[in-house]
Amino acid sequence: MTVLKTENLSIQFGGLMAVANLNLEIKKGELVGLIGPNGAGKTTVFNMLTGVYKPSEGRILVQDRNEQNQDIGQLHPYQITALGMARTFQNIRLFKNLTVLDNVRIGNHLNVKYKSVEGIFRLPGYYREEKRIEEECRELLKIFDIEHKGDELAKNLPYGEQRKLEIVRALATKPHILLLDEPAAGMNPQETLELMDLIKYIRERFALTIILIEHDMKLVMGICQRIVVLDYGRMIACGTPAEIAHNPLVVKAYLGKELENDA
Amino acid sequence: MSKKMNTVVSVLIVASILIILNVLVMLRVIDEYASQVLTIAGINVIIALGLNLISGFTGQLALGHAGFMAVGAYTTAALMMKLHLPTLVAVFGGALMSAFFGFLIGLPTLRLRGDYLAIVTLGFGEIIRVLMINLPELTGGPAGLKGIPTFTTNFFWRPVLSFALVYLTMTLVVVLLNNLLNSSHGAAIISIREDEIAANAMGINVFYYKIFAFTLSAFIGGLGGALYAPFFGYLSPNMFNFQKSVEFLIIVVLGGMGNLTGTVVAGIGLTYLQEILRFLKDYRLVIYPIILIIVMIFQPSGIMGLFGNKEFSLTRFVGKLAGKQLSGEQSSDKAGEVQ
Ligand SMILES: Nc1ncnc2c1ncn2[C@@H]1O[C@H](COP(=O)(O)OP(=O)(O)O)[C@@H](O)[C@H]1O
Ligand SMILES: [Mg+2]
Repeated sequence: MTVLKTENLSIQFGGLMAVANLNLEIKKGELVGLIGPNGAGKTTVFNMLTGVYKPSEGRILVQDRNEQNQDIGQLHPYQITALGMARTFQNIRLFKNLTVLDNVRIGNHLNVKYKSVEGIFRLPGYYREEKRIEEECRELLKIFDIEHKGDELAKNLPYGEQRKLEIVRALATKPHILLLDEPAAGMNPQETLELMDLIKYIRERFALTIILIEHDMKLVMGICQRIVVLDYGRMIACGTPAEIAHNPLVVKAYLGKELENDA
Repeated sequence: MSKKMNTVVSVLIVASILIILNVLVMLRVIDEYASQVLTIAGINVIIALGLNLISGFTGQLALGHAGFMAVGAYTTAALMMKLHLPTLVAVFGGALMSAFFGFLIGLPTLRLRGDYLAIVTLGFGEIIRVLMINLPELTGGPAGLKGIPTFTTNFFWRPVLSFALVYLTMTLVVVLLNNLLNSSHGAAIISIREDEIAANAMGINVFYYKIFAFTLSAFIGGLGGALYAPFFGYLSPNMFNFQKSVEFLIIVVLGGMGNLTGTVVAGIGLTYLQEILRFLKDYRLVIYPIILIIVMIFQPSGIMGLFGNKEFSLTRFVGKLAGKQLSGEQSSDKAGEVQ
């Protein structure tokens, strides 16, 4: 069953074709890697999928919570999140001056079942719901082992934990599709391995379909079933990790640049 | 002592303070002049609290709260003088009218990004003032509107009743705003200030919450103005000029953007300061801007920034006095901890 499909998805910034004619088809429960050198257009794809950028051309179809396909071209980001697709940001966009718990609580926003009036006058619905919300949020934090930091300000967390909090916050929206933009960036190899295990775990536990952006190719090879490779906004390959590893185009476009960068 | 007990004790303390102050006003221990200054301070605080909601908590700069104050004041006066409505009904009506104006201004403006709201509210404040000058049947025109019925005509009770009503309203506004801001809906509002793109990605209808916050902000601003009409008994368009809007902004900035405690402290302090400096005549008008500049340079997070931007929480204070509050309990006691 396809949960996410793009048809000829393209976007132009001035004269730059940042993404060109992208056709993606993601199946329910898949863990797909989206790789490519810096500037290839990966984050831009996420921004179009989540409504931050409007595509210049093409369509995006997403399955909502009732398994109906929706064309999300005209939707606002919050409406797309409401359909069940959530994301993290490559340049961490936490609510820095709020507590860790409040960050998750805000992620839980779509599941708040009391009205603002009930909050203003502290009616019973407020207490009942806030108690449930806090329990659920702490439960999610526990998965990533940052539950004990609930009352700290998000900006005071170490970098790796900030990345984890981004994932927790996205999970709090109760998505069925999760888009992770370089979740391991800036982590050391040990933290990265743990994170990959966690990603596998949440995929099982919450029955998620995940698209993972990562520019470290070795890393994605380990956990993704399928990999899409972008270069200069175009899809140059798509296949299993083994296929990708031996694809000459990928080796040329991608690894060539890695070598350049390393040099 | 349980958390519930702390709350009960806190409510009792607040009630006692209000009653004691009122008795002091009644016995003229707080003389008529002082009680008048305090009442004006209370009204300024109410309006500044409204401004803080949209500018401090939602992160959208607004520069026309004197306009909302005017709408509230003149509407209340009209409801009392033309329709002979009871004072409190008229006050509520004034606040509602102001909220309606806020909604109308917000609808086209808050869709746009950036500082459009600041520009539009600035224009709004001036337009309202010019309107007030040119609608003499309703407002008495440039000469002002005289003969607005006051809270009471009784010479002895008038300062007491004004003081009591204003401070009761102020307390209610503080408590209810604090409740809102500590709820999940309040968290949504604050998240817009923190990062609009991330808030949107969390499923928050940013436009809806901006409209909500701005309409409520206008309601509170109008409420302050509405109280002003029967307190003073006289209104003139010049009371609601741009200078006045800036005064509210300075109260919010000095107290700390996004901090209710700070607004109360700074609002009362600055109103008093302005009275003390009356001997400076027109030079006193430069005091506010100078304070604003000094704060922005040396202490941009305001007075409460010196205290880690925490809200003063009476329940927490009572808990500490009782000495039995467990640290775990404290951390889950969110009352007043907005930041
Ligand atoms: N808002 C924007 N305006 C102009 N150019 C942009 C914008 N967003 C992205 N780009 C450009 O699009 C290209 C792809 O960027 P991005 O998607 O961030 O790459 P990646 O995530 O693969 O490293 C880059 O050349 C970038 O400069
Ligand atoms: Mg990127």
